[in-house]
Amino acid sequence: MDDTSLHRQGKSPAASIRADASGPGGLSLTIEGRLDSATTAKVWREATGAIEKTSPSRVVVDASKIHYCDVSGIGLLVEILRRQASKGGKTEIRGLQTRFQRLLDQFDPADFTDEKTEKGKSTNLPEEVGQAVCRIWQDAFALVVFVGELFVSLIYALRNPRRVRWKDAFLVAETTGVNALPIIALVSFLVGLIMGFQAVIPMRQFGAEIFVADLVGLAVLRELGPLMTAIVLTGRSGSAFAAELGTMKVNEEIDALNTMGLDPVRFLVVSRVVAALAMTPLLTVFADLIGVIGGSLVLRSLGYPFVTYFNQVLSAVSYTDFLSGLVKSLVFGIMIAGIGCLRGLQTKIGATAVGESATRAVVSGIILIVIIDGIFSVVYYYLGI
Amino acid sequence: MSGIQDPIVRVENLTAGYGEALIIDNISFEVNRGEIFVILGGSGSGKSTILKQMIGLYKPVSGKILIDGQDIVSAEAQARLQILSEIGVMYQRGALFGSMTLLENARLPLEEFTDLPLSAMDLIAMMKLALVGLHGFEGQMPSQLSGGMQKRAAIARAMALDPQILFLDEPSSGLDPITSAEVDQLVLNLARNLGITFVIVSHDLASTYSIADRVVILDTTTKGIAATGRPNELRDQSKNPWVRQFLNRKVASDMPE
Repeated sequence: MDDTSLHRQGKSPAASIRADASGPGGLSLTIEGRLDSATTAKVWREATGAIEKTSPSRVVVDASKIHYCDVSGIGLLVEILRRQASKGGKTEIRGLQTRFQRLLDQFDPADFTDEKTEKGKSTNLPEEVGQAVCRIWQDAFALVVFVGELFVSLIYALRNPRRVRWKDAFLVAETTGVNALPIIALVSFLVGLIMGFQAVIPMRQFGAEIFVADLVGLAVLRELGPLMTAIVLTGRSGSAFAAELGTMKVNEEIDALNTMGLDPVRFLVVSRVVAALAMTPLLTVFADLIGVIGGSLVLRSLGYPFVTYFNQVLSAVSYTDFLSGLVKSLVFGIMIAGIGCLRGLQTKIGATAVGESATRAVVSGIILIVIIDGIFSVVYYYLGI
Repeated sequence: MSGIQDPIVRVENLTAGYGEALIIDNISFEVNRGEIFVILGGSGSGKSTILKQMIGLYKPVSGKILIDGQDIVSAEAQARLQILSEIGVMYQRGALFGSMTLLENARLPLEEFTDLPLSAMDLIAMMKLALVGLHGFEGQMPSQLSGGMQKRAAIARAMALDPQILFLDEPSSGLDPITSAEVDQLVLNLARNLGITFVIVSHDLASTYSIADRVVILDTTTKGIAATGRPNELRDQSKNPWVRQFLNRKVASDMPE
């Protein structure tokens, strides 16, 4: 028992109960004192215990000495009444003060049956599989519809650049772009450093330490720079978009936009997608640079001067490598902002719904990043890039 | 009940505000035991602010709020918990926990603060829900219900531990007239039969006339009290013309927030 209930009990004078099954009139229960939520517990157990033990055909409750009784106390009387009623026994409550009797009269014990009010949902495996397939299908459908809407809205924005909400776009660009610099710098620096470090150990055995520069340069520019940027952005901005739009949905702001004749996609999503489209490549360039610098420290610690490392990197990578990474990051950018906004707009009602949308934005974002990255690898391979 | 001077809540020289903005300037009033006390006032007059000070959510700039003789403003953790166990609060929009069913919402305080057997908690929580007319909805989630039903469920939750004082923030806003009258009946029933004290922030004059023993009317311009007393007497006899206007529904400031 915690301190609070002690407090409550300490304050209320205790209630007591006397059970007497010896009389001819069945079980007689005499309840005394104050019945409130703190004091009723003990009396409750004793009363129900006595009824259970003796299973009387008749229970007489002497309530004349109850000087205070709140709904919890009335609950005890209702419990006695309904237990007796379910077994076909009789109950008589004597001497209850009028004001408590009036309260008791408001409850019909027959209303409160023991049956669980929550209906258990019965599901079986085929049903669940079917529902899951249905959900995935609907989700894919929603995604296609949304991509269409977004595309139309972007075309509209291109044709009417003055209708784009540039103020929002700049604000989003600042929060998703500028404010993400430190975390992206940290992640890509460590990725470059760790990759260089892990590679240099086996390569040293062949005296090929210098080729770590090739490895880090190519991997960072082609894959890891765009990928790390995209993953950080999903976690940082995709979830933020989902939460922001989700809250607007919960607050009926999206409905307000709709009834004003403003398309939420055009009004809210376009500015975010445009901002992400501008910021993701910039952040990727930054991530590339910091990643390569991270790798340089490994060779420097082995005694190679920085200039050797950077010359080696420059000879290994081409503009094609660099640009292929940037193109990928553009697609990532649209996708992260788009999926974040879509999940936000799909938010259901309730306090947990917004959190759920943010989670869904991150999960689908990362899944789509992996899928898109895979597609790009295949396409680049066939194009010979 | 009314007329007996037995204050259970005393607000003494309360001054409160948010940041620089002062909302309430040095007001004092008392709520007697077993009384239905309604706080009236125009939008922005600080009704909800006073309520939030009285239930200890916000600290006032200065002044005291005594609940059953104990100051909730200066109370330390343990004493504060003790005071809180004697009050129940219904928030304007219900504030039910969205992840729990109505029954679980109404049962939560019982689970945390009593040793009743689980079946007893269920029964008591169901009875409280039945009192507010929600029998049969125990297994529903709050999001499946209308605003008015959520509000009534919130009253049921506020009553979970049968507190001595119930604070209701706008109990009738968003309810249809019949449901609103039922809530009034419920308040009267609980006050008269159980001696629960009610402190109600309201905009609803019809409901105020039918249930309030006494009212306090806040004045937006002076940030103080315009009048205290029985609603009918103030309406007809108040020396302050604005108070008479207000209680006769002659001013436009009586709009829901």
